[in-house]
Amino acid sequence: MSLLLEPSAAMIKEQKLYREMGLTDEEFARIEAILGRLPNYTETGIFAVMWSEHCSYKNSKPVLKKFPTDGPHVLQGPGEGAGIVDIGDGLAVAFKIESHNHPSAIEPYQGAATGVGGIIRDVFSMGARPIALLNSLRFGELTSPRVKYLFEQVVAGIAGYGNCVGIPTVGGEVQFDPAYEGNPLVNAMCVGIIRHEDIQRGVATGVGNTVMYVGAKTGRDGIHGATFASEELSEQSEAKRPAVQVGDPFMEKLLLEACLEAVKSDALVGIQDMGAAGLTSSSAEMASKGGFGIEMNLDLVPQREAGMTPYEMMLSESQERMLLVVKQGCEDEIAAIFAKYGLEAKAIGKVTDDKMLRLLFRGEVAAEIPVDALAKDAPVYHKPSAEPAYYREFQAMPPYIPHIEDYNQTLLGLLAQPTIASKEWVYDQYDYMVRTNTVVAPGSDAAVVRIRGTNKALALTTDCNSRYLYLDPETGGKIAVAEAARNVVCSGAKPLAITDCLNFGSPEKPEIFWQLEKAVDGMSEACRALGTPVVSGNVSLYNETNGEAVYPTPVVGMVGLIDDLSHITTQSFKQAGDLIYVIGEAKPEFGGSELQKWLEGRIFGKAPEIDLEVEASRQRQLLAAIRAGVVASAHDIAEGGLAVALAECVMGASGLGAKVTIGGDLVSELFSETQSRFVVSVKKEQKEAFEQLVEAKQIGEVTDDGAFVVNGEHGETLIHLSVAKMRNVWKGAIPCLLKSKD
Amino acid sequence: MKFAVVVFPGSNCDVDMYHAIADELGEEVEYVWHDEDDLDRFDAILLPGGFSYGDYLRSGAIARFSKVMAAVKQAADAGKPVLGVCNGFQILLEAGLLPGAMRRNQGLKFICRPVQLTVENHETMFTSAYEKGEVITIPIAHGEGNYYCDEQTLERLVKNRQIVFRYHGENPNGSLADIAGIVNERGNVLGMMPHPERAVDALLGSADGLKLFRSIVNYWRETHVVTA
Repeated sequence: MSLLLEPSAAMIKEQKLYREMGLTDEEFARIEAILGRLPNYTETGIFAVMWSEHCSYKNSKPVLKKFPTDGPHVLQGPGEGAGIVDIGDGLAVAFKIESHNHPSAIEPYQGAATGVGGIIRDVFSMGARPIALLNSLRFGELTSPRVKYLFEQVVAGIAGYGNCVGIPTVGGEVQFDPAYEGNPLVNAMCVGIIRHEDIQRGVATGVGNTVMYVGAKTGRDGIHGATFASEELSEQSEAKRPAVQVGDPFMEKLLLEACLEAVKSDALVGIQDMGAAGLTSSSAEMASKGGFGIEMNLDLVPQREAGMTPYEMMLSESQERMLLVVKQGCEDEIAAIFAKYGLEAKAIGKVTDDKMLRLLFRGEVAAEIPVDALAKDAPVYHKPSAEPAYYREFQAMPPYIPHIEDYNQTLLGLLAQPTIASKEWVYDQYDYMVRTNTVVAPGSDAAVVRIRGTNKALALTTDCNSRYLYLDPETGGKIAVAEAARNVVCSGAKPLAITDCLNFGSPEKPEIFWQLEKAVDGMSEACRALGTPVVSGNVSLYNETNGEAVYPTPVVGMVGLIDDLSHITTQSFKQAGDLIYVIGEAKPEFGGSELQKWLEGRIFGKAPEIDLEVEASRQRQLLAAIRAGVVASAHDIAEGGLAVALAECVMGASGLGAKVTIGGDLVSELFSETQSRFVVSVKKEQKEAFEQLVEAKQIGEVTDDGAFVVNGEHGETLIHLSVAKMRNVWKGAIPCLLKSKD
Repeated sequence: MKFAVVVFPGSNCDVDMYHAIADELGEEVEYVWHDEDDLDRFDAILLPGGFSYGDYLRSGAIARFSKVMAAVKQAADAGKPVLGVCNGFQILLEAGLLPGAMRRNQGLKFICRPVQLTVENHETMFTSAYEKGEVITIPIAHGEGNYYCDEQTLERLVKNRQIVFRYHGENPNGSLADIAGIVNERGNVLGMMPHPERAVDALLGSADGLKLFRSIVNYWRETHVVTA
């Protein structure tokens, strides 16, 4: 598109062209008032992306304020590239999770790959060395060819990018449900380590300081990606494929190493990733945060294609680009660092004192906008919220109790459910070992990554059971945080803080906004009860296809600290003769359970209850026992209940079996998803020490006969299966579904 | 003894290789950037895994033209131990320091997992610390590890005992004759897909790779005997 073809300011207003960019009539009037004139095409585009939900959080901001974000160990809360938490020894951990849902729905390989790329840049822009990647994925059922294609390509995209950059993908979760059929969720989390003194922020300060552009050249890809991310998907979305960017992990690797060298230099004032809304958001946000302005000469921007307009350059979301603010006169020092990696650091502008974003192009001013209007003073909306009718119906239902005749077949059936089945097919494709710090690989409760040069390690997990959130967003929100903390505690870590990715439908619908509000209420309460503030996060709304929203899915990414490597614990049973304990008692709770979904083909009723005081107290007890060295293995009870949890403990250990006895209501004991429960194994000689620290019930022993046996109180056999057979079903389920032709 | 870890812009196992030598083996080690052309000060050269120059074309196809590879060839000609792991192996093949070529994994997917290897030849400068036929656990992590060569080359490899490691049990990538690692005829250049530097600490699952590095040190000590 040449400049001549761009609509005039008058045309934009008269023909309401701003609407195509996602601006409302009121917003356009507000822009006119801010500028005191009509915006030109470039300016309209800049406002549109900066005021999109994706960049401004205009609909979610009032809700996000409810999150607890402080704590004595929090060094950087929400608002920067990543949150940062102190872990002692002068070190800190920087982490954040982000969505790339819409791009992945249209172009799964590149959508997922660039999602990984973006979150890595967020972390190293803080000055932190990325040490681990995680993800959280949601797809429809693995029965349609389209879903299989999305699943295979998303996994390949994550692998292709992360493996090449050389950051291990150590953990994550994948769930399948028809609610995600047309709108998969792809959330990526990155964790980095940083010395306190190296922490960088994305600010532009100091009049006359130089704005430098580094990384890949700007092309016409990803134009208006942020706007695209802020609308529902529909049949027309396929036409927005050009809004999806293409990733270059090799460029990212170069950029990563060069930026980590640059942050050691005193010449660097500020640094920010050109993420969503690229050059626009990085410059406007850095200037607004710093209290200054930025002037850039767009003729100097490295361009991949000839004839790019200011509009295209400012709205491009070409990947692997960073914006730096460098002390005046020190440009050569920075340029030399980048030159070592074959990259050009190019001066394209300067910091000014007038708080304006001013863009020059071919000797003329192409745009001139107050930076605060784009960033901190963007509109905020308080959307109406309404309790959905389905929620009232679900709450009024009598408890659902499944009727089970064959416990063996029920357990095998559950192990074959893709959400429960082994995810080996997935993590086999991720290099989870590179950098040789991965102590606990994917497949246990939380991944554990040691911190070289210390005796410490980090436990990392992503969690969210969105079925509970759909039934009851407040309770489900609490459970999402509590489950993440359970996983972290089971690996021997103290939960530190969380990052969250709030994936919801359209906030324009009061029922969806209600889900968002309630979920955040529940999460906030759990964060307070468990002492894990929210230090970073991302909001992804408009996850709808043809009017159908996904389940409310606020993914929790949690980081825990293991302060002694000897505390590291995994879920697998360790040796025959160890005693098996259960912490917590089962109640008949099957609403939203894996069993209900499998047997009934849908979910309904009430979500399982959760008492956060009980939760916190059990987690404290278990962690104390792990630290005292009296726990051989620990695993939380989640989807599929006790039976599946025990199966997971035994399938991960080679050659072992288990024999347990249960009483009471058998179906609930085996398959209920009552919260705040754990399966723990303990060496016989540590029985008393363990029982002094933890309130738990001994239910059986680890055996060496490779059989999984569950007996009733009167000696009757309820389950008797060979562990090898269980493992085959569990490991084979996903590869088998992918191969089947139906 | 002094090791060089060659670093291409896209190397990403360089740090792992460095720590294996410095922390676990306790020998001197230094990173060497890809634009250096002199490796005379080193006793052994390590080419680590990763994606040398992005490897969008064919793994190692561009790396063979880098400045440092001329120096690696000189070191190989001088009889110094040269070890290429994963991407390092691919580069050695592209550079002609080892025979054969690498294809994409049979399953067309990247594979990361610990695998079992049989030490086929324990009489090389890289494997002398292993027992004959020892089965060891070393992780793999690659998308192009499907080794291939023509029949005559395979015959030579077998005859000269150049096949050093074979996959034990399941072959993960479809490589010819289950080949996981080979040496050149002279026996001083080893290329292997599995990562011995990832298997030097039991905390991370296996320490079976340590003996490979110890073998190199033993060889160097034997050939550089200094009477005290």
